[in-house]
Amino acid sequence: MAGDRLLQTMSILVLTLSLVALTALLYDIWSDGWSRLDWAFLTSMPSRRASSAGIYPAILGSLYVLLVTATFALPLGIGAAVYLEEYGGGGRIARLIEINIANLAGVPSIIYGLLGLGIFVRAFGWGPSILSGGATLGLLALPVVILSTREALRTVPMSAREGSYALGATKWQTIWHQVLPSALPGILTGLILAMSRAIGETAPLITIGALAYIDFTPSGVMSPFTVLPIQVYNWVSKPQVAFAENAAAGIIVLLVLLLSMNAVAIVLRDRFHKARV
Amino acid sequence: MTTLLRPLSTMTSGTARPATPVKIDVQGMNFYYGAKQALSDITIAIHANLVTAFIGPSGCGKSTFLRTLNRMNHIIPGTRVEGRVHIDGQDIYAASTDVVGLRRRVGMVFQKSNPFPKSIFENIAYGLRTNGLTKNRGEMEGRIEESLKAAAIWDEVKDRLTESALMLSGGQQQRLCIARALAIQPEILLMDEPASALDPIATQRIEELIYQLKASYTIVIVTHNMQQAARVSDNTAFFWLGRLVESGATEQIFTSPTEKLTEDYVTGRFG
Repeated sequence: MAGDRLLQTMSILVLTLSLVALTALLYDIWSDGWSRLDWAFLTSMPSRRASSAGIYPAILGSLYVLLVTATFALPLGIGAAVYLEEYGGGGRIARLIEINIANLAGVPSIIYGLLGLGIFVRAFGWGPSILSGGATLGLLALPVVILSTREALRTVPMSAREGSYALGATKWQTIWHQVLPSALPGILTGLILAMSRAIGETAPLITIGALAYIDFTPSGVMSPFTVLPIQVYNWVSKPQVAFAENAAAGIIVLLVLLLSMNAVAIVLRDRFHKARV
Repeated sequence: MTTLLRPLSTMTSGTARPATPVKIDVQGMNFYYGAKQALSDITIAIHANLVTAFIGPSGCGKSTFLRTLNRMNHIIPGTRVEGRVHIDGQDIYAASTDVVGLRRRVGMVFQKSNPFPKSIFENIAYGLRTNGLTKNRGEMEGRIEESLKAAAIWDEVKDRLTESALMLSGGQQQRLCIARALAIQPEILLMDEPASALDPIATQRIEELIYQLKASYTIVIVTHNMQQAARVSDNTAFFWLGRLVESGATEQIFTSPTEKLTEDYVTGRFG
């Protein structure tokens, strides 16, 4: 009993501490950036004058890169997970791949940047473009997508598969019509979590040559680009106080984007849950 | 104890049943999960348009044997079958056998009802679509109505076909699963303890349904409920520790078994 209470008190204490720290951080950013946050800030190009600098190309860049990342990571990730979970059958090769994927999930992001630089930018000749950036972040997101998809596939009960097989469905029909739809909420949640990791990445994109300052909007996937965290990083490194305020405002925009992505994940998951029960 | 069972066993059994052709012919089958042997030397003939019940204590291999008849055991890695299983004279374990086609001919209903998390309509439509059995929507709707009627659930669901199958009660879900299996018009229906999770009234409905269905299908039912076996089946096979101890007409198994073990089991001395 005494032990229980002690543990409970300590848990609450730890929780409160982390919440207080988080709130303080948020408050600090909010109070610095709030005054700079207006429609003009969201829709203007960056500028050497802090007061007229905006974040528009960075928002667009982030969204475009995310789109490429998702297009890249979702089919590859689901495909790999379906193979490992449904077809790989726990053989030696499958186990080797598994261990490697688990390890990949823990590799520092700058390593992915170097890989992207070597393969996408140079070998494929895509240059420091949105396509290269999205593909690099796609690689980064891939292990997370694979792991969460496998987890989701595993939660589909054997009885659902048996029901399908017993009706004369092939393995692929069973996977496509029963297993994947049942696992979809879990897969989507994993994808969006991987995306919210990708959206905050700076290092790999700087490595592949994303620009810190651009005064044009990206015109397509082959266009040079910047993203929100790089723009924030660029402003933070400037000595003027006014730019620090810009950085704070940029962080708020990034946070709002991140939180809305997570909100979308939750709504999607609930929708599927309701539609299926 | 035997006197207690007698009225039940005489309920469904005529004295002289016309002999029907052998539908499933199993000779000397052994079955292994990895290195562990689960079935030894099973030989049995299952007749068409009759209900054959598999009885025996838990873990005796009756469900395992049932699942070898549509090669459902195949989806568990590391299983192995020896001996021969013929359905209509065709070796279902031959390398040339199309497993998907086999499962279309040999339908299955599971112990725990497992409707897909979709609408009632879609649950039945799934088997029709994956097998490409209907040409157009009208034909499909006809087949769906037909199979829901055959499973005696049409009147309860006809006004809510688009509702989720998971909204149905346990007994309704199980009848939906039977309808789903019937929709693809199998020849044989395997039922793995289909009523074990149901209340007595729902169980009775399933049993009545089995009685109606045997006119059109060969039915094999696994049950650990001996009264149920006595009520619904024409023939009974008693399994014990992975062996088939005895099989024959249900009333004979329940009233005058040849093996001591069978007698002990059906009179409730163990199991």
